[in-house]
Amino acid sequence: MSDGRTALLRRLRIGTLVRILLVVVLAALPLYLDNSLLQTGLFSMAAVVGAIGLTILTGAAGQLSLAHAFFLAVGAYSYSYFAGLPDPSKASKAHGLGLPPVLAMVLAVAMAGVVGLLFSPIAGRLRGIYLGVASLSLVFIGSFVYENARGLTGGFNGRAATDFSLFGFQFAADHPPLSILNVPYGRFERLWYLFLFLAVLAYVFGTNVLRGRMGRAMQTMRDSEVAAATMGVDIRRTKAGVFALSSMYAGLAGVMVALAFTRVTPDYFILPLSISYLAMVVIGGLGSVGGATLGAVFVTALPTLLSRYSDSLPFVAAPASGGYDAGKISAALFGLAIVLFVLFEPGGLSALGKRLTGRVRRHTPGGVRGHKPDDRAVEPQRTLPRSGNTTRTQEDPV
Amino acid sequence: MTQFFELVLNGLSLGSIYALIALGFVIVFKATEVVNFAQGSLLVLGGYITTQAHDHMPFVLALLVGVSATAFTALVIERVFIHNARGGDVNALAILTIGIDILLITELTRRFGSNVLTIGDPWGNKLVHFAGVSLPQSRLAAIMVAFVLLAAFFLAFKFSNWGVAMRAGAEDGEAAALMGIRRGRVTATAWMVAGALAAVAVVFLTAFPSPGLDTGAREIALRAFPAAILGGLDSTAGAVVGGLAIGLAESMTAGYSVTFLGGSLADVIPYLVMLVILLVRPSGIFGTRELSRV
Repeated sequence: MSDGRTALLRRLRIGTLVRILLVVVLAALPLYLDNSLLQTGLFSMAAVVGAIGLTILTGAAGQLSLAHAFFLAVGAYSYSYFAGLPDPSKASKAHGLGLPPVLAMVLAVAMAGVVGLLFSPIAGRLRGIYLGVASLSLVFIGSFVYENARGLTGGFNGRAATDFSLFGFQFAADHPPLSILNVPYGRFERLWYLFLFLAVLAYVFGTNVLRGRMGRAMQTMRDSEVAAATMGVDIRRTKAGVFALSSMYAGLAGVMVALAFTRVTPDYFILPLSISYLAMVVIGGLGSVGGATLGAVFVTALPTLLSRYSDSLPFVAAPASGGYDAGKISAALFGLAIVLFVLFEPGGLSALGKRLTGRVRRHTPGGVRGHKPDDRAVEPQRTLPRSGNTTRTQEDPV
Repeated sequence: MTQFFELVLNGLSLGSIYALIALGFVIVFKATEVVNFAQGSLLVLGGYITTQAHDHMPFVLALLVGVSATAFTALVIERVFIHNARGGDVNALAILTIGIDILLITELTRRFGSNVLTIGDPWGNKLVHFAGVSLPQSRLAAIMVAFVLLAAFFLAFKFSNWGVAMRAGAEDGEAAALMGIRRGRVTATAWMVAGALAAVAVVFLTAFPSPGLDTGAREIALRAFPAAILGGLDSTAGAVVGGLAIGLAESMTAGYSVTFLGGSLADVIPYLVMLVILLVRPSGIFGTRELSRV
């Protein structure tokens, strides 16, 4: 028993060390990468935040949602509304409150959470797949609103997003000028650290939520609503709460996207965006925060990397040549990855990783007892209750 | 008043097309508990094959080729993917069909390029006039074809061996299997019927007055989702009622130019109607309410 515990401790420590090392490496990357790679990195980190939110909702709580693009949009538009200048330019007639960007960011995240809660009369009552399809409607209704509520959103052409600044330190301009090891730190390098901070925050918060009381409650709810309710979990409140939490994650991701783009346009927040977030969490492994992180980086970075190196990759066709260009290859790859993972490894990359490290550990001396499953390493089997413990009656619940 | 009748007829026609697609969703869901997100790209596939076949043969034959090819593709999807993942989580299966949808639509997008194809239906842009009302022939044909197909389906569902097997399988799969019903065959035919219905629906979706067939037709198919949901995902009658309701609502808001924030509400009315219905009845109008007591 004590052997198992020390092995667990050791593994935890190694895991934490690896993660800290990864963050240090990521923090050093702006010294080496060029702007286009840095921008890809920024979008990846925004996607990481959004994907963690979705994996909590769809993976841990078992609520399929296709509305993620909508909540990203709520965050992005709220941020540019709160931080935007009160005196709009001629091009876009959008209003703005001119609040400090930090405050605007917090308010935008809160706003996404409130909108998520407003959806709770529906989200809290619908069962299983009905929620997935109902959430689809938010994306389409959202598109309608972004294009028509010009005062808030700037209409079809979108609106500019105010650059981020913190206590006078500009993240988008070269003011004050800054260079580290003779590398000038411009817009992308500065935003990189802001995004890295937010992504790490989202990661730590996400793992702690899943480990804590709320995480246990929603995993029980996913596995059996009846059992969860018997244990005293308020199903409606948990559903509404997790929906709001995931919306706030999406809202923060939306703010980050707005900052990286410097513009918020309606043609970004459409159904394919929701689907690519779903692809991220399925590829990473539903319910795994680390998996969502990997999946987000994979899905976001693959198209840009493919098109960047398309000249040296023989199988990538030129864009609009009628062949499989970078965009189509990556789309097909995501589709294929979803299909293969659902069929052969429903735990996604995270389960794959666990299997590999488990195999490695079995070969290291002294690690034999270490691979004994502990409650943290083992994910509960994800099967929804069938008609077995739900009774089909026409009566009302007591 | 004339405008009102025209709008009702247009709405019924659009609604019957939605009903065909929604019925596809419902049959597949009843048989395999899968919400088929690939229905949209199956529909585009059906249209594409029909247009390609139409280059070599008359329209009716081309449609037959399109319908059977789409039914066959649906069968392949069921046998290769869904059958191997059966018994899995409903959400996982839905996500699986999203993956299949991405694969299909990527290939179709590549083949379409930026072309808009015409499906070559025999009705063209001819109009029918009666009692002061004028309506495109294709719309009238949509109503009639949908009526015939729906009637045939409901008769088969009620009286044929296939229908009985289908209903038994949906009611209690294990018991049905023990009674000697071959579930594999039932689910396979359910997918084929859904594919065939989509391939028929695409003809009317892309015929005059629509501009033609491109991959955007997939989004129109998604508008049949609200139809299936608001009727109740496991109710065949609900799919028809839902389809007609959505079609009428869309036609009315478009015809009377109901606007909100300066945009035409017709674009989002299916989703708004669905949300309102779901607020009142979380399992749709005719859906089985799954209740559990604690």
